[in-house]
Amino acid sequence: MNNSRHLAIVAVLIVVATLLLRVFFGWLFTLPVAASTQAGPIDGFFSIHFWMISFLFALIMVLMLYSAVAFRRRPDDHEDGPHIHSNTALEIGWTVIPTVIVLGFGVYGAILLNNLIAPQQGEITIQVEARQWGWKFTYPEHDNLVSGQLALEIGQPIVLELSSVDVLHSFWVPEFRMKQDLVPGRTTTLRLEPTKEGSYKVRCAEICGTGHADMRAEVLVMEPAAYAAWIEEASNVPVYAELEPAERGQLWYSDPNLNCVACHSADGTALAGPTWQAIIGRQEALADGSSVVIDADYIRNSVLDPNAQIVAGFQPNVMPQNLADTIGEIEQNILDTQGTEVDIINDLIAFMETLQ
Amino acid sequence: MEFILKITRSKGAHAIVSGIFGAVIGLVIALALRSIHDAIVNSLTIIKPPQIAYDFLYPTIGALLVAIHTVIGLGSGVGLFHNTRLGRFLYYAGASAYVWGLVGQAIGLLLGIGIIDGLRAALGYTSDAANIQFAGITFSEGAMVFGAILSVITFLIFGGVLTDWFKWMVGAETPLHHGAPEGMPEWARYLFPDVNHKVIGIQYGYTSVFVLLVGGLFAILFRLELVAPGFQYLEADQFNTLFSAHGIVMIVAILLGVGAMINYLGPIMIGASDMAFPRLNAFSYWVGIPSITLVLLAMVLGGWDTGWVAYSPLALRTSAGVLLFMLGFYINGFSSIAGSINMIVTTATMRAKGMSLFRMPIFVWAALAASLIQFTATQTVGVALTMTVAERAIGLTFFNPETGGNPILYQHIFWFYSHPAVYVFILPGLGIISELLPVFTRKPLFGYRWIALSSLGIAFVGFLVWAHHMFTSGMNDALRIPFMIATMLVAVPTGVKFFSWVATMWGGKMSFETPMLFVLGAISVFLIGGISGPILGTIPTDLHLHDTYWVVGHFHATMFGGFVFPYFAALYYWYPKITGHMYKENLGKLHFWLMVPGFWVMSFGQMSAGIFGMRRRIWDYDPSLGLQTTHIMITLAGLVIGWSVLIMVYNFAVSARTERVAETNPWKSRSPEWQVPSPLPEFNYDVPFEVVGEPYDYGLADSVYTKAMAAAD
Repeated sequence: MNNSRHLAIVAVLIVVATLLLRVFFGWLFTLPVAASTQAGPIDGFFSIHFWMISFLFALIMVLMLYSAVAFRRRPDDHEDGPHIHSNTALEIGWTVIPTVIVLGFGVYGAILLNNLIAPQQGEITIQVEARQWGWKFTYPEHDNLVSGQLALEIGQPIVLELSSVDVLHSFWVPEFRMKQDLVPGRTTTLRLEPTKEGSYKVRCAEICGTGHADMRAEVLVMEPAAYAAWIEEASNVPVYAELEPAERGQLWYSDPNLNCVACHSADGTALAGPTWQAIIGRQEALADGSSVVIDADYIRNSVLDPNAQIVAGFQPNVMPQNLADTIGEIEQNILDTQGTEVDIINDLIAFMETLQ
Repeated sequence: MEFILKITRSKGAHAIVSGIFGAVIGLVIALALRSIHDAIVNSLTIIKPPQIAYDFLYPTIGALLVAIHTVIGLGSGVGLFHNTRLGRFLYYAGASAYVWGLVGQAIGLLLGIGIIDGLRAALGYTSDAANIQFAGITFSEGAMVFGAILSVITFLIFGGVLTDWFKWMVGAETPLHHGAPEGMPEWARYLFPDVNHKVIGIQYGYTSVFVLLVGGLFAILFRLELVAPGFQYLEADQFNTLFSAHGIVMIVAILLGVGAMINYLGPIMIGASDMAFPRLNAFSYWVGIPSITLVLLAMVLGGWDTGWVAYSPLALRTSAGVLLFMLGFYINGFSSIAGSINMIVTTATMRAKGMSLFRMPIFVWAALAASLIQFTATQTVGVALTMTVAERAIGLTFFNPETGGNPILYQHIFWFYSHPAVYVFILPGLGIISELLPVFTRKPLFGYRWIALSSLGIAFVGFLVWAHHMFTSGMNDALRIPFMIATMLVAVPTGVKFFSWVATMWGGKMSFETPMLFVLGAISVFLIGGISGPILGTIPTDLHLHDTYWVVGHFHATMFGGFVFPYFAALYYWYPKITGHMYKENLGKLHFWLMVPGFWVMSFGQMSAGIFGMRRRIWDYDPSLGLQTTHIMITLAGLVIGWSVLIMVYNFAVSARTERVAETNPWKSRSPEWQVPSPLPEFNYDVPFEVVGEPYDYGLADSVYTKAMAAAD
């Protein structure tokens, strides 16, 4: 068989393999549901990439496997192959053509990125604050409402102002496609417009310590009416004087400002901190070798000075050091708005006592 | 120094250390038996051993095991079991620089901790929360850092690595010693600092395979945790420590493997009798050992959860193990820098007569490009690590925003080395592919010059792309675009290599011995790594894929295709040259046919999970993603890869004794090392050669690459 015959067969095989691989990769590399305007062009770009990936994989693999079959050495053949060591035209070709193609990809990527980060018409701001290991969302448009859920209205462009109080985190909702790190000491931004109703999750994508895997929050994309109802309900501040201490404690437990729930389970699950199940009255060995029976005083001390008495097996410097300030602010705010004096730590202890 | 060496070589000290060595082994066996016992007992609900077993029987068995092993150790230390093979091995191993270096390292660590915490206690400084507890001892982080630094120096002193340099200080004579230490058999030279480049290359080689297996074991352990959502058997912190250690341990293993190839092959390919600086060469290898110890120690002393990148501020807040890991990483840089200086100087000044740059074997080009990167980039990661350790241990401030630092600065400094470093890992491997293809296709390497220059091109462009690891970091948008364009350009020289390889195969006469299979496997796997790269390089698609399993799949494919497969190809190919024996071909093929499909499944599985939403570095995943089947496939594939590598180790271990002696040139290569019998003598070529032709002119009648020079007149 002469060379052009070989090349013709290979060309056909490459075309067939490219098409088959495109189908295969389309099945293997499934993107999650697209739920934002930004996902459209990004997914289009993914598709272009997958065509390129299919073609290049087919090109090299077909040439290699075909050679392995067609140009294998026969058992009785001890001669060398033909003495062909270069072809300048070919070499210039496979340097210049890929250069042009990859530059094309780069320029298209730049244009696309420019559109993705451009301010959108009528966008509203939502502040996102991350800490080890939880998310807090503040809605300046709704009287600085604070929630542990990210509620969004379909078709309403938003700009997220992202910040972190401790280490690096990364905001990623796979269905929105966009990702942005949260950097302590500065504010970063991410723009998107949700387009598909549903419940998604924001997942922290930058390793941030023990609780990284579980650092998730719910994202709700809703029709305008449902969104308004959600805001209404979330803005509905409870009348604290009417609640029992343990009921208030349960609210503080999952309050996004305090976020106890991120590290302390109520059901015995081991997280970054000791579980609260049956915590009152429990005997614990401490990291310094002593042991303690956990009572109200221990709890109060541990909230105000978290590193003082670390339970053996747990790390220091994990619990926020400024909880006393945060708690003081919340208590003052309730006193100012409702005229009720609450003691958050007392409430939490009352809640713990219900978890026996 | 002489004094320490005298002690380490004395009979009494030798016996004590061998005794301790034996006691530790006895203890490990006892503890292993105990945990197996506990695992069985815990699964029994009703039948339990009586209390007396715990009170009397088990402690007795444990004490007996320790005692027996101590006696065996002591016995072998005084040469009591010299008539058995194991006894002889234990005897010389007990005297080896490995054992004595580790003894020295332990002494240095304890001494350093004692000095700092002793001073603190004497001056009345009370300890704060940043204390580490281990085996009932409490010490401060600062003391641990000082102890770790001191421990590396004491390792080198006790191992005898620095002896000659100390002798120079006092003006003593230090002739280069060739061969085993006095009174020891020939093979024992592998246990000591040796100046011969082939010995050092082999030391690098077996250490790399061992460390590769350790790192692989870590991966298997955390992959087993991921076979199902929820808690299996590893807690979050254990998982985090394992994946972090997997990263850095594998990087060290790869650097060792690169060192093995460069050290063994570099001088013999260019016709040099040794490296330019033999003592520095030994230092490059031996300084790597205490760095590995520090990383492994970090897993015990607190562990760490930052991954191998150790981004601040997490590295400033997480458990104390991160400090030891950073110091170990830092010390390993010494090995890279010193090794690369040797390679560059040797290549520049010691080539055979007639070997112009464009007549060098193609592997030497790749090794040179890799060495240039190591020589110029390693320092910057040292800076990043030093700054972090200084910030945490002595309170300077660089990266913590609360005290005016900048966390993104760390990422820039870190990746300025750590991106080019990946080309250090893959360039020698790609050189091996180019080196072996012509031999097994019986055709010249297509476009030799383009391949040679593409290595330098990759090395150069590799310096301009570091920030593509930071596309989501929040750095300035105007910075993102040039880094995206530069990143895309890496595809061009990489593409040149692929096209040239395929063109080399085209029309040739291919045969498929194990080395060639691994070369073809390497091309296919590196291809997966290559084609999954540009999608990460263009920012809009990277915003989705960044920090997902797609990235994990991408770089494992580049590392396996660019290093692991070619490295194994090289091990099989030069095994007859190193040992003089042939390996077992059928086991080699079995290894290949297990590992290649295993790797394909693993890599595509990781990429598939990543694009669908699987984040990197998480110990547990959301069951609602529906990724459990994919994870099971990845874990199974990982197990297959692990077992296949053990087959290779077995193959190499037994073939050196049993397989037929290799003929001089089993591959009919034109390369100079195959023109002389195996293994090579101490100074490589008894008769020097000169280069009289092109290296890869297969198929050109009556042409040779090298010929032995006429006897010197």
